[in-house]
Order: sequence, then structure tokens, then C-alpha cells
Amino acid sequence: MRLSEPNSSWHEIIQAALKANEVKLVTYVPDRVFTPLISSLHADSDFTTFACTREEEAVGINTGAWMGGMRSALLMQTSGFGTIANALASLVVPSQIPLIMFVSERGVFGEFNLGQAMVCRTMRPVLDSIAIVNHTLTRLDELEFSVDRSIKQAVATQAPVCFILSPLLTGGKVFKA
Amino acid sequence: MSTPAHNAKVMNRLALTKRLVAQLKRDEAVIGGIGNTNFDLWASGQRPQNFYMLGSMGLTIPIALGVAIAQPQRHVLALEGDGSLLMQLGCLSTVAVRAPKNLTIIVWDNGIYQITGSQPTATTTADLVEIARASGIAKAHWAADEDDFDRRVKEALSGGPSLIAARIDHQPGVGEVERDPVRIRQNFMSGIGLR
Repeated sequence: MRLSEPNSSWHEIIQAALKANEVKLVTYVPDRVFTPLISSLHADSDFTTFACTREEEAVGINTGAWMGGMRSALLMQTSGFGTIANALASLVVPSQIPLIMFVSERGVFGEFNLGQAMVCRTMRPVLDSIAIVNHTLTRLDELEFSVDRSIKQAVATQAPVCFILSPLLTGGKVFKA
Repeated sequence: MSTPAHNAKVMNRLALTKRLVAQLKRDEAVIGGIGNTNFDLWASGQRPQNFYMLGSMGLTIPIALGVAIAQPQRHVLALEGDGSLLMQLGCLSTVAVRAPKNLTIIVWDNGIYQITGSQPTATTTADLVEIARASGIAKAHWAADEDDFDRRVKEALSGGPSLIAARIDHQPGVGEVERDPVRIRQNFMSGIGLR
């Protein structure tokens, strides 16, 4: 059974998958690519959606929500992921929290900012070093399956999951050459 | 009436933690920050509704906020040290924006990073109550003395968000918190009605 309408956009598919999996809370640190998803989540009363001052803070909030019985997701940019290694390694992983993370990937496919390109290179090694399941999502036709099934796996196995949303999927941020 | 920081009595963390716990009659959740905050929470009696942080310095208040959002009928308290709070001041403004009625923040301010060798924190000049107020938490106060602390806790439990800061002495924490994060998390979740 499909969770979203045919010809849905990537953000509509993600929102439908979150809803189907009873995710009720979405925290985020703003990102240009995520703007349509963030706007749509704010407009949907099934979700409590709000911005945090730091990604690390959002990791704490989502951890608390899980321990209180509520499923949640965290939206952030690559550079934001770069700030949360300690929270993942000292809280989320050892406590077996099924933290659901979405990262809008910057630093590839035409990145102009060297800082973004560098921090991007730290992301997968950090995830792999603490064995956090991570999927780089590039294709619209695989998106619903990947997100829906991986959220179910995260909850069932009490382990975090990180979805890296490639510019191949979202269009990314476009820069003039 | 609010007591300025310099007029607040220097009290003892363990004694205040015990006084705080004595007021918890409705299975309130308590999130204990790392280090001595945790040790004295442990020493005050291992309530099943206590969560003891083992790492992630600075995330006590965010974790408590998450629990408070998930369980709006239950009061949640965050116990945090001055050094830890200074690391994550932005969370005060997030708490103010969300304005959860069921959240109380307790700050133990001894002016030092005690567990790492008592290096001074910035609270020698910064006032965490003033910072909380400026962040939008109107109910933020220094506890003048033990009786004032009790009174402010009672008030906070009737509706927040609130922040109560206490100046404390340099006595180290006394409890030995267990080191199994999964067991701590599971005990906490079953203590607040899950699993």
C-alpha cells in the first residue's frame, strides 16, 4: 500500500511516511532545502514542529520524547550534523534511542563553500564509526520504501537511523558558477 | 519578591536535592545532569522516575523538555549545574517559546567545574537567573535560603515553566550512579509508565 499520492514530491513522501509511522514531534534547525517540508509540517496539526537553537539540543529533546513515549524526527543540514557526534556517541547510541535523523546534504555536486565541502566529509565516517544505520537517498521512487521501512527498523531494533537527502533527490541548493 | 544572586545563601546540593525529592508526590520525572548533580540525585533515593545522564553534557534541560512534551500530564524536573547550563544556554529560549506548564528547571550554581578540578565557571560574573528571564522564562528566581527553595519548588510544581537557581557549596556529590545506560533508560521508562 502506498502511503502518499502518485507523483508526490520528496517532502510529501517523507511527511506521509512520518505520519504513517506515528511520528508526532519534529524538531529542526532551519535549512533552505527543507523549507517546503518544514512549512508543511507546521501546517499539519498531527505534528508538533519547532526550531531548536542547536542540533545537539534537538537530539536531547527527541531523546526525552522517546523516553516519554513519543516518536520524533530531527531535520538538519550537513554542518549541523557535524556538531552532534558527542550527543550521538554518549547518549543516543549507548541508551539505545531510535533517533530518526534527516540530513539535507550540502558539500557535494556544485558546492561553492569549502567549509561545507569539508564538514560533509566528516559525516559518513562519524556515522559509520558508531555503527549508526545510514542511507543516502537519491531516488524518488525508492524514497517511501526506504524511509518507511527504516523507521520501522529503528523502532523495532531501538537503534538510530540517519537519512542523508542527496541533492540528486532534493535538487539541493543551486549556486551560480 | 526576588532575591538577587549575591544575597542568596550558599547551601548544600545534597540537602536541597533531598528537600526537593521530598516534595515529589505525583511520580514526577527527574532528569539529573552529569556529574555531582547526578551523584546527589542518586544519593537522595533511586526513584524509578529518575533518569541519570552519563554523558552529553548540557542536554539535561532538552531531555526534560522532550519528556514534558511527550507526557503533558506529568511534571518533569531538570537538575543542572552551572557549567552544563552555560554550555547550552539556547535551550532556555526554546523552553520559553514552548512554555511547557509541566517543566521545572533547577540549577545548582557552585561557580566551578567541580568534577574536572574546580576550575571557575563564568557564573562568577554571569547571572543564570537573569539570563533565564531575558530568555523569556518569567518565573526564574534565586532561592534565598532552604525555606525559600521549598516554597519556590512548591510553586513551580503547580505550573511552569520555572527556573530555580541555588548557590551551593563545594561539597562533592556523594552517590555512586550505576553505569549501565540501557538499564537507566529502561528503569526510567517503566517508572513513567512505559514498557
